[in-house]
Amino acid sequence: MAQELLPPEGFERDLHAEHQVLNMGPSHPATHGTVKFLIELDGENIIDIDIQVGYLHRGFEKECESGTWYQAIPYTDRLNYNSAILANTGYCLAVEKLLGLETPERCQWIRTMACEISRLSDHLTRCGAACLEMQAMTPFLYGIEAREMIWDLQEMMCGARVTTNFVRIGGVKHDLPADFGARCRDTVAKVRGLLKDFDDIVTQNRIFVDRLRGTGAIPKELLIQYAVTGPLLRAAGVPLDVRKDEPYLKYAEVDFDVPIGEDGDNYDRYLVCVEEMHQSLRIVEQCLEKLEAIGPGPVNVDDPRVRWPAKGRVFNKMEELIQQFKAVTEGPMVPAGEAYQAIESANGELGFYVVSDGGAVPCKVRCRPPSFINLQPMPHMLRGALLADLIPTFDFINMIGGECDR
Amino acid sequence: MDDFGSTPLRALLGRMGDAVRETHAHRGDATATVDPHRIVDVMRFLRDDDTTRFEMLTDLTAADYPTRDPRFEVIYHLYSIHHNHRLRIKAGVPEMPCQIESIAELWASANWMEREVWDLYGIRFRNHPDLRRILLYEEFEGHPLRKDYAKEHRQPLLGPRN
Repeated sequence: MAQELLPPEGFERDLHAEHQVLNMGPSHPATHGTVKFLIELDGENIIDIDIQVGYLHRGFEKECESGTWYQAIPYTDRLNYNSAILANTGYCLAVEKLLGLETPERCQWIRTMACEISRLSDHLTRCGAACLEMQAMTPFLYGIEAREMIWDLQEMMCGARVTTNFVRIGGVKHDLPADFGARCRDTVAKVRGLLKDFDDIVTQNRIFVDRLRGTGAIPKELLIQYAVTGPLLRAAGVPLDVRKDEPYLKYAEVDFDVPIGEDGDNYDRYLVCVEEMHQSLRIVEQCLEKLEAIGPGPVNVDDPRVRWPAKGRVFNKMEELIQQFKAVTEGPMVPAGEAYQAIESANGELGFYVVSDGGAVPCKVRCRPPSFINLQPMPHMLRGALLADLIPTFDFINMIGGECDR
Repeated sequence: MDDFGSTPLRALLGRMGDAVRETHAHRGDATATVDPHRIVDVMRFLRDDDTTRFEMLTDLTAADYPTRDPRFEVIYHLYSIHHNHRLRIKAGVPEMPCQIESIAELWASANWMEREVWDLYGIRFRNHPDLRRILLYEEFEGHPLRKDYAKEHRQPLLGPRN
């Protein structure tokens, strides 16, 4: 049953006071996301919020429907600036499902590791920015310093820091550089150190705890009703994680825990995010060991539909030249059909529903955006709360404009 | 009709077989195309029945096939936490009248997703509590994800409104 937007029981409004409507956003210094709130206030208490999204709408689906299957990958980078590799992977897995491709083992381990590196970057930004917006500059800088190191790793991996464009249909752009393992282990150790510093200054901090504990809480039944996934749902005590429930890539073979909270308030969300970062670091280390154990090997599937011929042959053989030309100008012909592939992104279930009519251009590419869906129950989290509680609640929902508005 | 070994599809065919028009399980995704007039009944059954128990409406979207009849398709993706299974439901929507019953009273998550489909495809959801545009602005004309909306068409909203 959809809940009516009414003030909670026991909430009494002051007599003789008119409600005030406060317009917050779309560009507000205390929110890291382009969204407008029309907040109905009674004094300092929130009566209701109308959330207006769409300021970053740029026609993601329309653009995908007008290019080749490959040309959609850079658009997926721009869904979530913090975790581009996760969106790359989700899209490519959906297209591979439609093509019926199984990628080589080495590629799957690289993807798994890259996804976790990406998740770390997202959680670090969420926790760091939440501190910044509650006037704590230092923990934000710790978080951003760690994210910077992670982005350096991404740069080493694929040449770009933010918009990675790393994952390809049937593989990844190229294998890891030779000294990646050592550099990655070094980074993992440094990020652990920074997380420790972050923890020391924030987790037991009286001001931080007071602003987070008990705010933004919402029962898990209501979250499920709103199809909320990811750390928000896990903080309310539901251990739902696509990586565990429907393992994709190599998640069935790595050892990690799914942290859950109890109360579903902002403090639990914070603790769940911090623990997930430690789990991600664990997964990265396991992937590194595994990659070293299996040794060198192909990172792209050997299928003429998606594989580009070797450069040496392209320059010397007519057939390979034609194949290269077709692969660049048209890309793969995906057999007609439809497929939905869900992955666990940093915000929750990121799904891609792709439909092909058998041609070189997608018929439909739908992105199920966790940011958009997680934002919807926000009025329920805040009705009756103080205006100041909006800031940490919005921070831990971690709405990313690019993904929400597409 | 075949249930392709999918538990929710078997339950749906067993109890509401007359509402189902087609099933397939392409690439392992169990799918049923149902009668659009009975979408609310079908969805209520899928949510409440113990063998299906879909607590979550994960995704709701639409697709435009200009050469087909009916032209539009509304696509629902359901997920059950309890059983850990998924099901895709599809319902055809004709060009005239371009509407289907809303399921926002069954799952709250449908509210914004139906608004998005209305905004981008122009499919009306009857009995929706608040069917406004969500990603685009109120003054926008047309529905951009329809295949007959040219990608190059621009209609910027310029200047202050007040």
